[in-house]
Amino acid sequence: MTQTTLPPVEKTQPVSAPGGTTSDRARSERKLGWLLAGPALAVMLLVTAYPIAQAVYDSLFDFRLTDPDNRSFTGLSNYGVILSDWLWWRSLLVTGFITLVTVAVELVLGFALAMVMAKALSTIRPVLRAAILIPYAVITVVSAFAWQFAFDIQTGFINSWFSFLPGIGEDTDWFGGTWTSLLVICLAEIWKTTPFISLLLLAGLAQVPEVLQEAAKVDGATWWQRMRRVTLPNMKAAIMVALLFRTLDAFRVFDSIFIMTGGANATESVSFLAYRQTISRLEIGLGSAVSVLLFLAVVFIAMSFIKGFKVDLSQSRGEG
Amino acid sequence: MSGKEKAWWGVAGVAIVLYALAPIAWIVSLSFKAPSDLNNGDFLPTNATTDNYSLILTGGASDLFLPALRNSFGICLIATAISCLLAMFAAYAIARLDFPGKKFILGTALAVAIFPVISIVTPLFNLWRNIGLYDTWPGLIIPYLSLTLPISIWTMSAFFREIPWEMEQAAQVDGATTWQAFRKVIVPLAAPGVFTTAIIAFFIAWNDFVYGISLTSTEDARPVPAALGLFSGASQFEDPTGAIAAAAVIVTIPVVVLVLLFQRRIVAGLTNGAVKG
Repeated sequence: MTQTTLPPVEKTQPVSAPGGTTSDRARSERKLGWLLAGPALAVMLLVTAYPIAQAVYDSLFDFRLTDPDNRSFTGLSNYGVILSDWLWWRSLLVTGFITLVTVAVELVLGFALAMVMAKALSTIRPVLRAAILIPYAVITVVSAFAWQFAFDIQTGFINSWFSFLPGIGEDTDWFGGTWTSLLVICLAEIWKTTPFISLLLLAGLAQVPEVLQEAAKVDGATWWQRMRRVTLPNMKAAIMVALLFRTLDAFRVFDSIFIMTGGANATESVSFLAYRQTISRLEIGLGSAVSVLLFLAVVFIAMSFIKGFKVDLSQSRGEG
Repeated sequence: MSGKEKAWWGVAGVAIVLYALAPIAWIVSLSFKAPSDLNNGDFLPTNATTDNYSLILTGGASDLFLPALRNSFGICLIATAISCLLAMFAAYAIARLDFPGKKFILGTALAVAIFPVISIVTPLFNLWRNIGLYDTWPGLIIPYLSLTLPISIWTMSAFFREIPWEMEQAAQVDGATTWQAFRKVIVPLAAPGVFTTAIIAFFIAWNDFVYGISLTSTEDARPVPAALGLFSGASQFEDPTGAIAAAAVIVTIPVVVLVLLFQRRIVAGLTNGAVKG
């Protein structure tokens, strides 16, 4: 290819009409833009906006697939039923717990991984990168099975390997109680999704100006001071994007719970509750209401991030 | 860096590799265990056997596993192709043209990406049953677009932004026709971005479990993760652990191969779209 010999070109600016002389040109460009991007936008709206509208509508009915003829409009009473039921609040607590624990651990662990990868010699960096991508690429269901079988009282090796620790013995039944089940679920989630966070943080680390680091070093700043005053503030955007995406992702937790406990021992998440109402119990009305509430919770979290932490997503998402 | 410091980073590197690979090594080891070994509490099998693989590939569980594998490949490849095609046009417009609504499209993609999947499943479950899409390939391909299209749009827009589009005009000045300029200059520059986007979109579709388990009921359309989830529940074997482990290893092989071949590009794709000031 010949482009290697060409002088470096400036980053492309969007082609726009020169000097505002031709509004025809701008108009045709606008038309072409919508023509090209329109189908993608239409498909996205069709596969999300329409279903959520349908869910809002369905949630206003007492509607069971086992008894479809007796569908009746009940207004907001489905929401009343859910919000006055401990099951909903319990699943919300479980989801919140898993989200908080996994995101907090992943942020610290992901940062450590990113630091190691940034410092690693260029010869072993590809090895580390490939290794870290594997948990990211492995199916969540597979990861859930691997962790479940490892801790399982029958097939697992964790009990026999770690029996020297207090509280762990040959007959420790990890999936027999709520907290131990949640612990294993969190471990599996952390293993699977930390790589994503660490890659985002690694990209953020690369954007911290080296000059600032050197200057702080010359001024006698300790490692910790440099971390707190130079590195972290310069990575704020990357950290926030990673946090937001992982929080919303964790809040949808479903696969691991389905595989490991099936929601037993009070380990049901909100997504699992919606699934069980709709698919297992065929309570379309109630299930839709849970779905709508979950959707509102996700919107609320996203809004608090964007407003509260001033995450500018349009900028961080390549719109800069 | 001093020698001692170097050694420490080396140790940390080894720890990372162990962290990433230990659960995979465990499931591989489990897949080679004979039934008598399954509950021995050890990491490794005492006698490695391929019985579990025979069971799912040619034996009693093959009619559950093989159709699922075919469904997963077919559905994920089609969903990836459709979303890459749509995203290609959209990303070209976003990267190259000046039109209002760019921000709106990127914002919509963002909103769709954080959308709770289960909220889409609930209404689709009922609708698909009514219009006959329940338990069919299109019945999964359509909702899969909600997973693959947004990430394809961001990732590809980020890649397309880096393309020196002026080279197209330069080639035309040098005497190339429009088509030649496009084919010889733009296509080679854009192809890596499209390809990387396709890999990431495929990973996401391949990973899906919620749609797979909710919108299918038979081998007609059930993808592998959903089939795996059902192995344990309504199982026709005494102890499905070995069969699940073997099936888990087989579905992990394609993604591991993709990671090993294209790791640099995947990392660029994942981070380009997300962190770009």
